[in-house]
Amino acid sequence: MPLDTASRFADPDAAYRLIVDAHRGLADEESRRLDAALVLLLANQIGDLEVLREALALSREAIAPAKAKAEP
Amino acid sequence: MAERKPVFQFAYRRSPDQDRREPVRHRVIIVGAGPVGLSLAIDLAQRGVAVLLLDDADRIGEGSRGICYAKRTLEIWDRLGVGAPMAEKGVTWRRGKVFQGSDLLYEFDLLPEGGHKRPAFINLQQYHVENLLVGRAASLPGVELRWRNKVTDVTDIAGGVELAIATPDGPYALRADWVIACDGANSTLRRRLGIAFAGETFADQFLIADVKMHADLPTERRFWFDPPFHEGRSALMHRQPEDVWRIDLQLGPKADAEREKAPERVRPRLAAMLGHDEFDLEWVSVYRFQCRRIESFFHGRVVFCGDSAHQLSPFGARGANSGVQDAENLAWKLALVLAKGAPQSLLASYDLERGQAADDNIRHSTRSTDFIAPHSAQEARLRDATLALARHADFAKRMVNSGRLSSASVYDTPLSTPDTERWQGGVPPGAAMQDAMLRRGGERLYLTEIVAPRFTLLYVQNGAIPFVPASVDIVQISATDRDPSVLHDEQGQFAARYDATPGSAYLLRPDGHVAARFRHASEAGIEAALSRACAKS
Ligand SMILES: Cc1cc2nc3c(=O)[nH]c(=O)nc-3n(C[C@H](O)[C@H](O)[C@H](O)COP(=O)(O)OP(=O)(O)OC[C@H]3O[C@@H](n4cnc5c(N)ncnc54)[C@H](O)[C@@H]3O)c2cc1C
Repeated sequence: MPLDTASRFADPDAAYRLIVDAHRGLADEESRRLDAALVLLLANQIGDLEVLREALALSREAIAPAKAKAEP
Repeated sequence: MAERKPVFQFAYRRSPDQDRREPVRHRVIIVGAGPVGLSLAIDLAQRGVAVLLLDDADRIGEGSRGICYAKRTLEIWDRLGVGAPMAEKGVTWRRGKVFQGSDLLYEFDLLPEGGHKRPAFINLQQYHVENLLVGRAASLPGVELRWRNKVTDVTDIAGGVELAIATPDGPYALRADWVIACDGANSTLRRRLGIAFAGETFADQFLIADVKMHADLPTERRFWFDPPFHEGRSALMHRQPEDVWRIDLQLGPKADAEREKAPERVRPRLAAMLGHDEFDLEWVSVYRFQCRRIESFFHGRVVFCGDSAHQLSPFGARGANSGVQDAENLAWKLALVLAKGAPQSLLASYDLERGQAADDNIRHSTRSTDFIAPHSAQEARLRDATLALARHADFAKRMVNSGRLSSASVYDTPLSTPDTERWQGGVPPGAAMQDAMLRRGGERLYLTEIVAPRFTLLYVQNGAIPFVPASVDIVQISATDRDPSVLHDEQGQFAARYDATPGSAYLLRPDGHVAARFRHASEAGIEAALSRACAKS
């Protein structure tokens, strides 16, 4: 089972909003702790090391600063 | 407290070898009489290989080292004739508790079923372990132990090794066909041969204290994350015999080790934990733990075994427990090769199998140490989130890692014959035999007591006994008590643990690991598996 990157929510805006709302009013430190707990819970829900590995790799790639295109 | 007083004292004796002009050649020399070198010496001697064992000291000193010895180690020591005194002297345990703050997070039981001769673990001071092994080694004519023989150098020679040795009477040299380096984590042989010992040193420091006191606490492993008596860090407590308790307190990376060892610093810390200060300090040290290994356990005719080959952080009690498994893996192979019962290539499987075990042990003890002492702020948040979730969710409890305790290694090895039939569980090829309680006539016996350290076929009766070569013992087991000479699987433990049906057979190696299993054993099948297990095919 590979990582599914197609949209899976009928209402993606609602899902995004739910996560944002959970962080509202939290200090930065609390937010990070919330994320840590959430990541662990969701990882267990996925329950598949391969999917988790792909998700982590894609996340790291996504947050990496965009590389300047090499000149030909 | 810096001066280590001897707990057991032995005597240096001059050997006639020291008066020879030419270095005397021995077949096998073992360097280092720690738990690993001693276990190996006994095993080889019992297999008919005479060994010379050299140690740089003449005493076993006080100090805090290994305390927890696993079931598998006890089963090996049973075969070496020291399992019973170890188990008698040690305290037995199988349960652990993990606390967070002052609350119990969860409990575990390492051996929740019956039918095992040996418990999940015993705790016993390492100096007692070594002393019992020395006693056993000294009783065997095949072991010669030379105290205050410090190996200072090692040279490869044709078909062997030459050692330079320092003694109270000055230096001498010896030669050997094989030298086994059991000289511990700071191995002189490894250094003299310029072999790298690569791995990780953990930043955090740990205070290890052995404390003498009367306490009415259960015999179990107790671990705390962030306890009220030692906020923000971890603590571990174990019972040892003779009213001695082992306490580990995490100190963090910046602690001043010398200052922390001072009794005026240690006593208040321990008093806060114990709730009283009616205790004596037996020994206090501060450790920074490491996980390292050498790439190959062989260097020509020098073989590395135990801590000289791999060093582990103690969470999980894997150090001596894995070293003793190294020794038993090497002993039968070396003995068989020396007796010309197997090609020298059999020894390559020692490197392969125990290399896998070292990797596995390093992986486990690194994960535990990192969980206990996270590397970064975010790692600490993930760890704390796991602990917080563990109060609500079972999955998180299973991620809480205060040490995954040593268990028998399972080998992915060319010595195993892969399964071709269907098995529902049981003991797969490469895994160590499981114990079971059986009956013969009126006598209750454990399988681990019956199986000798030779190739053995465990065979569940079903008509004619399969023919086996003379080098293989047969142990017959039956679901019924019709034949009083056959072991009766009265409680069905063997059948359940081995997924055994009438006609099933397991071929065990001399170290008790499964070489092959058959639903219906044939002479040809057994012979092929046997020659594979001896690296002959
Ligand atoms: C705090 C702590 C707690 C631990 N707890 C556990 C535990 O609960 N369970 C467990 O299984 N393990 C535990 N360990 C690990 C365990 O102590 C080691 O893994 C074990 O001692 C390794 O045995 P060894 O025989 O390979 O080496 P060592 O015990 O180090 O023995 C090496 C021997 O070689 C001798 N020697 C060294 N150099 C020379 C030389 N040049 N010439 C001659 N002789 C030499 C030494 O004198 C010594 O006798 C713990 C370790 C520590 C530090």
